[in-house]
Amino acid sequence: MKTLKTLFEKLDPHFRSGGALFRFFGIYQATRTFFFLPSPVNRSAPHVRDHLDVKRFMSFVILALIPVTLFGMYNVGYQYYSALSGVDDAGFFQIFSRGASQVLPIILVSYGVGFFWEILFATIRGHEVTEGLLVTGLLFPLTLPPTIPLWQVAAGISFGIVIGKEIFGGTGRNLLNPALTARAFIFFSYPASISGNGVWMVMPPEVSSMDITGGVQTEALGGIQMNVLNEAHMDAMSGATALALGQDTGYIEATLEQAGFTLKTLFFGLHPGSIGETSTLLCFLGAIFLMFTRVASYRIILGGVAGVVATSLILNLLPGPQGTWFAAGPLYHLCSGGFALGISYMATDPVSAPGTDVGRWIYGFLIGFLTVLIRAVNPAYVEGVMLAILFMNLFSPFIDHVTVKVMVSKRIPNV
Amino acid sequence: MGSENLSLWQTFTRGIWKENPVAYQVLGICSALAVTVQMQTALVMAVALTLVTGSSNLIISILRERIPPTIRIIVELAVIASLVIVTDEILKAFFYDISKQLSVFVGLIITNCIVLGRAEAFALANPPIPSLMDGLGNGLGYGVILMIVAFIRELMGAGTVFGVQLIPQWLFDAGYTNMGIMVLAPGAFFVIGLLVWVKNSLPGVSHEEKTGQ
Repeated sequence: MKTLKTLFEKLDPHFRSGGALFRFFGIYQATRTFFFLPSPVNRSAPHVRDHLDVKRFMSFVILALIPVTLFGMYNVGYQYYSALSGVDDAGFFQIFSRGASQVLPIILVSYGVGFFWEILFATIRGHEVTEGLLVTGLLFPLTLPPTIPLWQVAAGISFGIVIGKEIFGGTGRNLLNPALTARAFIFFSYPASISGNGVWMVMPPEVSSMDITGGVQTEALGGIQMNVLNEAHMDAMSGATALALGQDTGYIEATLEQAGFTLKTLFFGLHPGSIGETSTLLCFLGAIFLMFTRVASYRIILGGVAGVVATSLILNLLPGPQGTWFAAGPLYHLCSGGFALGISYMATDPVSAPGTDVGRWIYGFLIGFLTVLIRAVNPAYVEGVMLAILFMNLFSPFIDHVTVKVMVSKRIPNV
Repeated sequence: MGSENLSLWQTFTRGIWKENPVAYQVLGICSALAVTVQMQTALVMAVALTLVTGSSNLIISILRERIPPTIRIIVELAVIASLVIVTDEILKAFFYDISKQLSVFVGLIITNCIVLGRAEAFALANPPIPSLMDGLGNGLGYGVILMIVAFIRELMGAGTVFGVQLIPQWLFDAGYTNMGIMVLAPGAFFVIGLLVWVKNSLPGVSHEEKTGQ
């Protein structure tokens, strides 16, 4: 550490204004603050507020995301081995490393390409490389299915960073959440790799070559044994997410249970889905940590949960198709899909969320409301969290505007 | 917008580059989004609009001393509408398939802001020959942007250029897929926006530098 410090001190003048390498000050600054404390710390009384800067802010979010990421890796491996029906034989590390070998490249590509753009813009514009990318670069892979091709990850994060963030002026000025912008780009550009039933779990090659969509394959080996094997596999590993299920007849709870999605599974997260979204438990634990450290606004998160609960209760009471997500109660809506991940880490992005307290309640509530509405009413999109959050991101300046206007109009005039 | 001391050539090129109707004046965006999914339709649209703008500017400039200011818009529209109808009929007669694909957008050239804008801003105040050059220049400027946008959109959205497969099959076999968003209208927005960005960041082009802000 000592040598590192002297190295930085030696290099410092070159990057200062007038130095030969001033152009690359952003890169230098980012590297240095990665190792050492960046900026002023309060050393003398009175300590009214501590120095909460972007770096610490973002590191807390990263910290909260680590359990989700690790579990995501484990779950990818778990789905792989359960498709092989060998999940009991495989040890923990075998499962985990299988998943990690799938997920780590996605994260690395996301960070690598993201940093390339960030550094490019920082160098051209002469500002510092900010830590916002650390969160974006990790959040984006967590919203993707594990089977996503790596070049699409690169394309997505490029779009998210450049269109979602840099054209507005960089971290702190973006209108939309960059991670979700990147996901929306993939969603509309390459729908085959991010929607449908086949992408949510990594299949072993010998299994995915079988007909898993429901047809009974007979030519491969012939005989009854193979048929039975196929049918037994079929239910367990159609690979659909819970949200893709639902029929015109019967009850949604029964359909889900039959497909292996009990409320418990959905809550703890051992089911197919995007890498980071499956475990509701860990997402909400991270959210509690962020709320406790006041990094994330509890108003947005609680508002969002309230929105989901209220909307799904209303839909549940209305007469409607009992077999679809229209009739699923609040618990199922809270635990399935990406709601927990989205409301905890993406809706609470302080830049794209409203800045007033009342505005945050409204914003959160409407995200929950729209999520359930898209899931239940729109047949084209099985999952609504991404669209709900992006939509409300666009509205957050308006919400702030109206909130402030109302507050001002309530004020008693001084004269 | 006056024509003081501008040579014919400058009048012509100004519309193509410096005051490009799409990239600088941000006019005609609607049809630029609609017809740029394929190169072929974009090319036909570009040619049609260039001819209409050029000849409408010429005619209106010839008539400019006789048009009463109070009813000038209706006179201009009558001229433009006649020209557009002629264009539409020609397309229907000789390029029926393309005319089907362009559907209403040829007819909508009547309301295209570029045509009326050039008539109002230039042809009413200038002699016929500079007006003709101005109209052709602006039409070409629009056409150039249209072709660039259509090239990017068709290449990325369908892998083809003028209907010819340009992205080799082995790339598709290796896992490449077309970018679906390029076929949708938002794709055109992104492409046009990025083009304007690129144009403005070239030295000596941006509005801020010119006005010193």
